Amino acid sequence: MNAKIRALISEFGRLSVDVATLKNEADLYTAGLTSFASVQLMLGIEDAFDIEFPERMLNRRSFASIAAIEQAVSELLAEAGRDAEAA
Amino acid sequence: MNDIGVSSLHARARAIGVGVAAAHADAVDREGRFPFETFEALKAERLLGAMIPLAQGGEGASFADICDVCCVLGQHCASSAMIYAMHQIQVICLIDCASSSAWHQAFLARAARDQLLLASSTSEAGIGGDFRNSVCAIEASGTQFHLRKEAIVISYGTQADCILVTARRNPDAPSSDQVIAVIERAQYSLKRTTGWDTLGMRGVCSEGHIVEVTAACEQIAPEPFAEIAAQSMLGASHLVWASMWFGIASSAIAKAQSFVKAEARKRAGAPGGNAATPAGIRLAHIVSKSQMLKARIMEGIRHFEAVRRDADGLTSLSFTIAMNNLKISASETMLEIITEAMMICGIYGYKNDTPHSLGRLLRDALSAPIMINNDRILGNTSNLLTMYRQDATLTG
Repeated sequence: MNAKIRALISEFGRLSVDVATLKNEADLYTAGLTSFASVQLMLGIEDAFDIEFPERMLNRRSFASIAAIEQAVSELLAEAGRDAEAA
Repeated sequence: MNDIGVSSLHARARAIGVGVAAAHADAVDREGRFPFETFEALKAERLLGAMIPLAQGGEGASFADICDVCCVLGQHCASSAMIYAMHQIQVICLIDCASSSAWHQAFLARAARDQLLLASSTSEAGIGGDFRNSVCAIEASGTQFHLRKEAIVISYGTQADCILVTARRNPDAPSSDQVIAVIERAQYSLKRTTGWDTLGMRGVCSEGHIVEVTAACEQIAPEPFAEIAAQSMLGASHLVWASMWFGIASSAIAKAQSFVKAEARKRAGAPGGNAATPAGIRLAHIVSKSQMLKARIMEGIRHFEAVRRDADGLTSLSFTIAMNNLKISASETMLEIITEAMMICGIYGYKNDTPHSLGRLLRDALSAPIMINNDRILGNTSNLLTMYRQDATLTG
């Protein structure tokens, strides 16, 4: 899942640095993620994992780092009764 | 009078608005100069530091109280109100975001004691208008740093006591990795690069400057600027501006109302004199708009105060969309109200030398959709709406 999220960030995030250089906990906003790009990224993630982010997750923190996105996606997959490892 | 023996913020703001700001508003506009008299009075009455907590020597005024002051000043001198509003945006960022820094806590106490006027330098040549990117960078050496910034605009930069300046964290940091530092007049030099000869808001003096500063590293806020901008800054900016715009709109309505009243007096007793006139109907229309605007702003202030200590609430999609929409609707509604007031007052509103003159108000108000361009905000909102879950509840 981590590799898939990194690929999506690389595709939609328009960061000012290379995603490969970022640690899982690195702040994506200081790395150049804008509110515009974060929405594109959310749409990309919803599509790739076949999930829908609920209102409670639509804030800055849920998309602040690769680890935070991984956590949010895992939570939604678990709620849907799907295996996070297989995603 | 409140329990510390000082008359209320509203009363002090009103006295300054009526007695000082209104008296100099035309000169400030005509000469395109800083409203010195108003700011001397605001400092003397300690209104610049009013929002700073009691523990640091301020009055602990609520955000709603500060919005009220913006509205009162807006009724008398829009340039004064705009400068006051921009100053308070800097204050709220320091209050909310720099709580972990001893230097910034001490600075707030000094800002309250000395009634310091704070300006902001976020724009820069070469960033395409996106203040979330910087070209210039902090160059630290030991406990000091040096910074040189080509700022396209620093409103009242020459008159401010301190500037909150953004820059990249260090010379190797990407353009989005920004910090914000509080720099003081004795530490920086300004070299003016552009002037401020504008249609309206002529007293705000938003000139371009090259800023050069050497200061202590502890003056840099510990929080990344990305967080500061995303949290207090967005909501606070749109709300203080909307509040002062409501003040401008109210001033236009007062002029229109006095015009309609004078007309009614002339007609009183004449045959058919009690029939509604086109001007009277227009007045009813703009008062209705103004009540909607007031309700919308008060709802925005309530929403902001409810989420102010909650980073997730402040950065939620629904709050961002609500604040963006408030900025759009408040700026548009104010202009509609003033334009319609002009139709009511007719030539007396159009002329610059009558008690019903509306020219300065209209010119000042035209800045509202331009500063942080409404088209840009609508574009941003339309993008956010792709993820937004529409709230169809009325009371929820």
